Amino acid sequence: MSSTERNRTSLVTRLRHSQSALAYLFISPWVIGFLVFGLYPFAASVYYSLCQYDVLRVPKFIGLRNYRDLLFHDPYFWKAIYNTLFYTVLRVPLNIAGSLLLAVLVNQSVRGIRFFRTAYFLPSVVSGVAISAIWMWIFNPQYGILNALLEMVGIQGPSWLGSTTWAKPALVLMSLWSIGGGRMLVFLAALQGIPAQLYESVAIDGGGKWRQFTHVTLPLISPVLFLWLIIEIMFSFQIFTEAYVMTQGGPLNSTLFYNLYLYIKAFDDFQMGYASALAWLLLLMTLAITIVQFRLSRRWVYYEA
Amino acid sequence: MKPAKPWRKALVYFYLTVLAAVFLLPFFWMLSTSLKGSEQIFTYPPRWIPRPVRWQNYRDVLTTMPFVRYLFNTTFITVMSIIGVVFSSSLVAYAFARLRWKGRDSLFLFIIGTMMLPAQVTMIPVFVLYKHIGWLDSFKPLVVPLFFGGGAFNIFLMRQFFLTIPQELSDAARIDGCSEFRIYWSIILPLSKPAVATIAILVFMMQWNDFLGPLIFLSSKGKGTLALGLAMLVGQHTTEYGMLMAASVLLLIPVVVIFFLFQRYFVQGLMMTGIKG
Repeated sequence: MSSTERNRTSLVTRLRHSQSALAYLFISPWVIGFLVFGLYPFAASVYYSLCQYDVLRVPKFIGLRNYRDLLFHDPYFWKAIYNTLFYTVLRVPLNIAGSLLLAVLVNQSVRGIRFFRTAYFLPSVVSGVAISAIWMWIFNPQYGILNALLEMVGIQGPSWLGSTTWAKPALVLMSLWSIGGGRMLVFLAALQGIPAQLYESVAIDGGGKWRQFTHVTLPLISPVLFLWLIIEIMFSFQIFTEAYVMTQGGPLNSTLFYNLYLYIKAFDDFQMGYASALAWLLLLMTLAITIVQFRLSRRWVYYEA
Repeated sequence: MKPAKPWRKALVYFYLTVLAAVFLLPFFWMLSTSLKGSEQIFTYPPRWIPRPVRWQNYRDVLTTMPFVRYLFNTTFITVMSIIGVVFSSSLVAYAFARLRWKGRDSLFLFIIGTMMLPAQVTMIPVFVLYKHIGWLDSFKPLVVPLFFGGGAFNIFLMRQFFLTIPQELSDAARIDGCSEFRIYWSIILPLSKPAVATIAILVFMMQWNDFLGPLIFLSSKGKGTLALGLAMLVGQHTTEYGMLMAASVLLLIPVVVIFFLFQRYFVQGLMMTGIKG
């Protein structure tokens, strides 16, 4: 190395080492934002959850009473948990399986495939409120197209959103339409990362399409499947807009979801302490489910060495 | 690989077409209803093509809600948010991707960790905070926080992109006496257009379609957004489907236009996030 080159290298090293102060300056917006919009509300939320607080008066400390009331004296809380779990258990597997199948289908190299992909993920860019408006009309029991189409195959459709049995499945059906295409693209990216040789080697061993899918595709995309399982559950737990706009929790509280109940307690009843306790229980539940998932994942998620 | 058998190909096309119909039908049904009068809307069996085409529903939307006002509000919030996220997330990401400092990697992991925190937990204290500083019923709660880092996910996205830009480029500029901010502003940011576009699209989608935020923070009628206006229409006029569908069409048009203009970045954004909850 010539001496000029060495000088040059050490100059770069020195320049790089003097960067600490500057770096703190660059990240200062995030630091301020985190303290004001993250850490402070996080701590305040713990405190509020231990208070009776209607925003107008100062919070009054009441210990764990909010939690006790929620767990032992609030039937709506359990109703909301039941509804949310029901919705999640129905939506998550259907959504993941559906969007994976969709991804496998659009992974074919046929002419015009881009048109089909576009058609499938177009609903993913539409807002929750517009989706709610459109589907309220589709679900209309007398004049909606869904029941008209069912009639054509000889089925008498239910009154969907007006029925305690069908309101939750109706919202699941709508979610398949509205997010399936977005999820499809996530899986498509994963599918396209699988080397073709792996399929060929299964084919040489005499394996058919199904064997290729279960022995190559599924193991190789299992990390993506796992990630989406976690995210899907979190999203399902947070359903709000559709229920707020379409059913207001009805009929007979059959679509009173956790987040909707939290919103009602906080912003209709102004029971901020109670709602904060609800938020904390939500966090604890999602955390518990996520931890269990990570434990279980060791049995089925395959990471390439 | 063997060429696919023709019957197999036909089967693939069959499935593709049926599914395309399923995904596009609701849009068609919305558009069709928006151009019908009630005598055509409430008929059985449903009529697919409106005859005669009736524009009155659109006129009704414009008179029932302050549509232009809402459009302006929504656009303002969305544009300001995009500016906030792009600049603040890229500035922060620059420090994580291009500078060397103590604690960098552990702090970055911490930022990623903050993504796990559900918004519900911080929503109530933040609401109380805005109430105390007089920000309620203004656009500040929807826009200002995005100027402070722009969210963990966007910082992450930006950082990953910045890492792909060769370090020699920065070194050369440094030797020429270029300041770090100048390198960020005149070299790295202009080279990062794809990342900026993807993030801009994600923020556009998030803010244009946001419902809970405006619902909580905005109360007076003139301050509303399009999503809020449509939700109010649903509440008041559930039976006037023609008008509701016309309002839905109006809400969708900008999204669909921007979608077809920037499809590549939408696809990138969707591939990374799947976008919606």
